[in-house]
Amino acid sequence: MKQSLFESHHKAEWERFAVALERLEHGKDTAQVSDFPKAYRRLCQHLALAQARGYSSFLIDSLQQQVLRGHQQLYRHRSRLGALIISFILADFPRLAREQWRFVAAASLLFFGSLIGFGVLVYLNPELIYNLIPAEQVREMQGMYDPVAGHLGRSAERAASEDWVMFGYYVMHNTGIAFQTFASGLLMGVGSGFFLLYNGMIIGAVAGHLSEIGFGQTFWSFVIGHGAFELSAIALAGAAGLKLGWALIAPGRLTCGEALRLAARKSVLLVCGAMLFLLIAAFIEAYWSSKTSVTPLTKYAVGTALWLAVAVYLLFAGRTRHAPE
Amino acid sequence: MLEPTAPRRTAPLDTRHQVETPEGIDLPLRPAGLMVRAVAFAIDLGIRGLILGVLFIVLAFLGKLGMGLGSLLLFAISWWYMVLFEVLRQGRSPGKQWMGLRVVHDDGTPIGWSASLLRNLLRFVDLMPFGYFLGALSCLQHPTFKRLGDIAAGTLVVYSERPLSRPQLPDAEPRRCPVPLTLSEQRAVLGFAERQAELSPARVNELAALLAQPLHISAPKAVSELNGIARGLLGPTA
Repeated sequence: MKQSLFESHHKAEWERFAVALERLEHGKDTAQVSDFPKAYRRLCQHLALAQARGYSSFLIDSLQQQVLRGHQQLYRHRSRLGALIISFILADFPRLAREQWRFVAAASLLFFGSLIGFGVLVYLNPELIYNLIPAEQVREMQGMYDPVAGHLGRSAERAASEDWVMFGYYVMHNTGIAFQTFASGLLMGVGSGFFLLYNGMIIGAVAGHLSEIGFGQTFWSFVIGHGAFELSAIALAGAAGLKLGWALIAPGRLTCGEALRLAARKSVLLVCGAMLFLLIAAFIEAYWSSKTSVTPLTKYAVGTALWLAVAVYLLFAGRTRHAPE
Repeated sequence: MLEPTAPRRTAPLDTRHQVETPEGIDLPLRPAGLMVRAVAFAIDLGIRGLILGVLFIVLAFLGKLGMGLGSLLLFAISWWYMVLFEVLRQGRSPGKQWMGLRVVHDDGTPIGWSASLLRNLLRFVDLMPFGYFLGALSCLQHPTFKRLGDIAAGTLVVYSERPLSRPQLPDAEPRRCPVPLTLSEQRAVLGFAERQAELSPARVNELAALLAQPLHISAPKAVSELNGIARGLLGPTA
């Protein structure tokens, strides 16, 4: 069959297809395109025929373009986002964290290990803090948690509107750290390891120093509440980063790129969970931890409960498969 | 004994990336290189700067509440601008749209949440140690110009398809080719006729002269002869 005959035979069909494509691309009334998959396969057949018969480049290119656009519409990853999010929070995230327990354990060891280690070191050798953190920042830190000042956190005499300021600040700052910790895992995991150790070191040093100079009460009662979510989120983001790095170090029987892609798919979910934790942490930090009207004892009690809640959630949520799926 | 299931396709000479669909069709995607992507990124950066600048001026009047909102917005825009645009606008951020680019999965399907989030979070590594150094290195050495984030997320930045206009075939008397043509030769002759308007007359003559000897015709008549063959291949136009 000559090309011009072929074209005139199928012209009407291609035009109908183009109209349907236009509709789908602009999200209009998709009810009338129920025969779209069939039309798409016809078009694929026409393209194959055109190629096999050596028709001209223009015809093949324009058919190819139509097929490409049709492919984009037909093979879309459509998902019910709402149901997905709920099942992620209720079951999939803790399940994933347990499945990847090796990385979570390694990241936790790095982070909490360096946190506790440097905390104890600084507590025992008070001079050490000045080797780790510039003196200026240490002074600033002391000002923030001075029990005499009667306020907590960064600002004096906080009004309700200032809670907003701090909420925004915490979301940005902490999530930034978590993202960094995750993303740098692509450098063979070295980056994640570094950020875990480094952040652990800074937090530990500050904690040790403040406890040593007698500001412990204000400091610990402030951080215990949101710390549960914030610190575990950083450890989880670090675990996701380590997973990326490990895929590059030990890809197994896959190519590096393939192993990385598989690992990335899981670790991005871990990071999503960590982001959720950070959001909760920022809320607690801005609206609860900074309250000065609550006695430290209550804060310790609530803080302990939150730590337990995080542990229980990560260890036991989603063990049995039921309702959400 | 393992048998090859399909003949190995030879890679095209240019940078096209072939994706095979479930229908057995090869879709060519054209990956975009470093420079055009850098320009697209610069445009996006400028737009983000502009949005933030305007918002901060507005929020400054709101006082403390404004500051809180401002830092939330800074967070949202610096980490989510790309993701939201890519997922909600068929893989196009404004800068990419401007440069005629689009992000797709490796298999040619539109980009989804997880892949977009991944490639934009890992942008942090591409930025290291300064000014997209690692990203540029990775982009330059990869056959489909992927930066590290693209490799991990399994995504590809491609040129969007542009609408084609039907080329005018030069007028000539349709005739039959004196020698049988293979498929690729047939397409080459048709391509020669279709693209003639884009070429200078000297080049047209030069190209046609190459075929004068195998077709047993004199060099000056080669152009019209080839156009005639192309017409003959195409068939009668209504």
